[in-house]
Amino acid sequence: MARINSPEKLEKARQEILSRRKPDAPCISICAGAGCLAFGASEVIDAFKAEVEKQGLTVDVDIKKTGCPGFCERGPVVVIFPEEICYLQVKPQDVPEIVSQTIKEKKIVERLLYVDPTTDEKAIHESDIPFYKNQQRNIICDNIKIDSKILDDYLAIGGYEALSKVLFQMSADDVLAEVKASQLRGRGGAGFPVWRKWEGTRNSPGEIKYLVVNADEGDPGAFMDRALLEGNPHSILEGLIIGAHTIGSNEGYFYVRQEYPLAMENLGIAIRQAKEYGLLGKDILGSGFDFNVEVHRGAGAFVCGEETALLRSLEGKPGEPTPRPPYPAVKGLWEKPTNINNVETWANIPLIINKGGAAFASTGTEGSKGTKIFSLVGKITNTGLVEVPMGITLNDIIYKIGGGIPGGKKFKAVQTGGPSGGCIPAEQLNLEVGFDELTKAGSMMGSGGMIVLDEDTCMVDVARYFIDFLTEESCGKCVPCREGLRQMHTILTRITRGEGREGDIELLEVLAETAKEASLCALGKSAPNPFLSTLRYFRDEYDAHIKEKRCPALSCKELISYYIEPDKCQACMICLKKCPVDAIEGGKKKIHVIIQEKCTNCGECFEACPSKFGAIKKLSGEPVPPPIPEAERTFVKKSKEK
Amino acid sequence: MSEVILQIDGKEVSATEGMTVLQAARSAGIFIPTLCYHEKLEPFAGCRLCIVEAEASGESRLIVSCVSAVEKDLVIKTRSERVDRIRKTLLELLLAHAPDSPKLQDLAVEYGADKNRFEKDASFCVHCGLCVRYCAEVVKKNAVGFVGRGTKKEICFVPEIASVECNDCKECFPLCPTSYLQAAFVLTEALAFPNTSSEPDSE
Ligand SMILES: Cc1cc2nc3c(=O)[nH]c(=O)nc-3n(C[C@H](O)[C@H](O)[C@H](O)COP(=O)(O)O)c2cc1C
Ligand code: SF4
Ligand code: FES
Repeated sequence: MARINSPEKLEKARQEILSRRKPDAPCISICAGAGCLAFGASEVIDAFKAEVEKQGLTVDVDIKKTGCPGFCERGPVVVIFPEEICYLQVKPQDVPEIVSQTIKEKKIVERLLYVDPTTDEKAIHESDIPFYKNQQRNIICDNIKIDSKILDDYLAIGGYEALSKVLFQMSADDVLAEVKASQLRGRGGAGFPVWRKWEGTRNSPGEIKYLVVNADEGDPGAFMDRALLEGNPHSILEGLIIGAHTIGSNEGYFYVRQEYPLAMENLGIAIRQAKEYGLLGKDILGSGFDFNVEVHRGAGAFVCGEETALLRSLEGKPGEPTPRPPYPAVKGLWEKPTNINNVETWANIPLIINKGGAAFASTGTEGSKGTKIFSLVGKITNTGLVEVPMGITLNDIIYKIGGGIPGGKKFKAVQTGGPSGGCIPAEQLNLEVGFDELTKAGSMMGSGGMIVLDEDTCMVDVARYFIDFLTEESCGKCVPCREGLRQMHTILTRITRGEGREGDIELLEVLAETAKEASLCALGKSAPNPFLSTLRYFRDEYDAHIKEKRCPALSCKELISYYIEPDKCQACMICLKKCPVDAIEGGKKKIHVIIQEKCTNCGECFEACPSKFGAIKKLSGEPVPPPIPEAERTFVKKSKEK
Repeated sequence: MSEVILQIDGKEVSATEGMTVLQAARSAGIFIPTLCYHEKLEPFAGCRLCIVEAEASGESRLIVSCVSAVEKDLVIKTRSERVDRIRKTLLELLLAHAPDSPKLQDLAVEYGADKNRFEKDASFCVHCGLCVRYCAEVVKKNAVGFVGRGTKKEICFVPEIASVECNDCKECFPLCPTSYLQAAFVLTEALAFPNTSSEPDSE
């Protein structure tokens, strides 16, 4: 491809690409995101290629390896265009049937469709599946339409149109005004207004300015940025170049999480192709504007996602936060003004330019506009990535999109905002999702993690778990975080072990205050959230652990006992064989008894006991009834006597 | 450099632009406790003891004085209930590591800090980084550095450098608020210094 050196030529190139494509010809899109690849998407892709060739359809059918559409749990996901037929959990052996039935005969392969678990209704199109139907997929929707390794695919859906507009039809002030009108706030955590940061960096004195894409995505379980990097890297790149032109920067950096090899690969390809096409590098689209990017692999620590630590790491120094002010916009990378935004933030930019800031701002709440991608995981029926309009209620995300809590369990709380976010209880399920709304509820937006917890979860243990993570990830520089979190973890651990003391809550509170008020960076400042939010909504659980040595959720190992109810035991020997420490006495036709002294509370028996018997009970805060006398242990099958 | 007038503990203080609140306070003879600050070194802002309350346009917030620049009309309180409570907690956290540090003990008396409040982990180093930074920034030898990260971070002499440089310098020794630095040096000397002459020097 020759370099494109004018907006007209870009349009011409786009028309050429489109003219080569037959809009009605079948296109088999197979997700090649990390999730689906783990479920064997590569084999499915190979099978499609072989089968299409075997049935002599190569010229008529397009096969596309695409980015992640979010429903990873049901992967590999296959969507057949133009009808948008969606098949889930496709295996290589399903492929011949799909090709001969759906591609050739236009018939549906029923068994591969999504089935609604409550209504048993099947959904043919992607957009009929409740998981998708209730989302508003403005950004992630393109993932399934393009092969991210092919720039033509991105151009075919209007890619780089926004950039062309910015370079040739808009002034930097116009762009800034549009971003301001969109009211877009950063998607990486703090939710800072994007236009203000851009303007700040633009107005900072200095010839050299840098741009950075924060692609460190350190929250455990979060993968929205990965999905965009793998599935649509050009959208991020386009946003970045627009930002560069607006702010006045000629050099940008991607800081990509260490564990994202596929993202690195796809991003590398995207950058190379954009350069070849003249969309990146010198004299972009013939506008005279130069912009280069480099990709940097992250140092691997969670705190390296914090902007000052990230910049130090880019400079080759230890990835430790440095005091702000000075803010990066004034003194950032190598002491030059630097604008750093998150992956998803950048990906929103082309959209804002194409549709206009006002249109963008028409979705959302007072303070939060547009859509946000969440990673929905935990005790929820449909896990995956969901893109929703700001202002949607937690209830709608969890029940309409997520399909509710599996196993007939009760919802308890949803943990949002990553490890240093907070837990929001059932009473607040009507909360509208937005930056300020979540903060007010004692949690935060963070980068969009959402972990659903059910009634079996102990909230004290949840706090302990996240504080443990954060203690491990503290960079160790400042005292309130390094020492304060370590002590908080010690205290929370002893509470969950039934060794909590009078005064522990007050001790935790003072440590939380100290970390929140006195820490150097936002890791330490927000780290007490898991404790503070669980204390706010679930104080009774703390009291039960400390005062009664009882875990109300029957989850803390040190505070529970397992007990076999004699009248329910069917003497089936299943649990007895499962017990790893031979703590269960009994035999065929002999009611089983757990020897409490031997039991290690591993819970194997509880899991093993057939649910129709349900003979094993967890007890907490009450004495275990004495074992039934030997003489009464003979099992008598209850006949249906009347 | 223009002059900035601010108020510290009710006293009008004149400072020059670009000064930190800590420097302005010191220049006016007002004491703010510090642990990781050293006038010859780049600010580190790790101990957070120098935290003070700052009021500007009616809003009160906590700032760390060793890295916060003076601003016009800033009203600083170097002590308040909140500041004292935080300093006390910080001291108690540090005392869990170094219960015998004279510097910490003195401050503990002032702030009523209880050295037994938190579970002890007597590792002695309080991670103020004075030795590491002094050696890097002033002496420029990097004979002592941090190893590990987070709660597992430790200071460590680099035997190859320390064996050559330290005996004639030891300028960092008096900076350490605990006795750990000397102990670490003696230990490194005994265990890891490359074998030169095994004759101890007579002094
Ligand atoms: C401990 C910590 C980790 C962070 N990790 C990330 C991250 O992985 N990705 C990210 O975009 N922002 C992360 N941030 C937020 C960044 O500091 C910064 O606010 C963000 O990159 C700014 O971009 P935005 O304005 O587009 O959100 C983290 C912050 C903290 C305190
Ligand atoms: S708050 Fe924690 S992570 Fe941030 S600088 Fe302090 S010790 Fe490091
Ligand atoms: S003296 Fe300011 S943080 Fe240590």
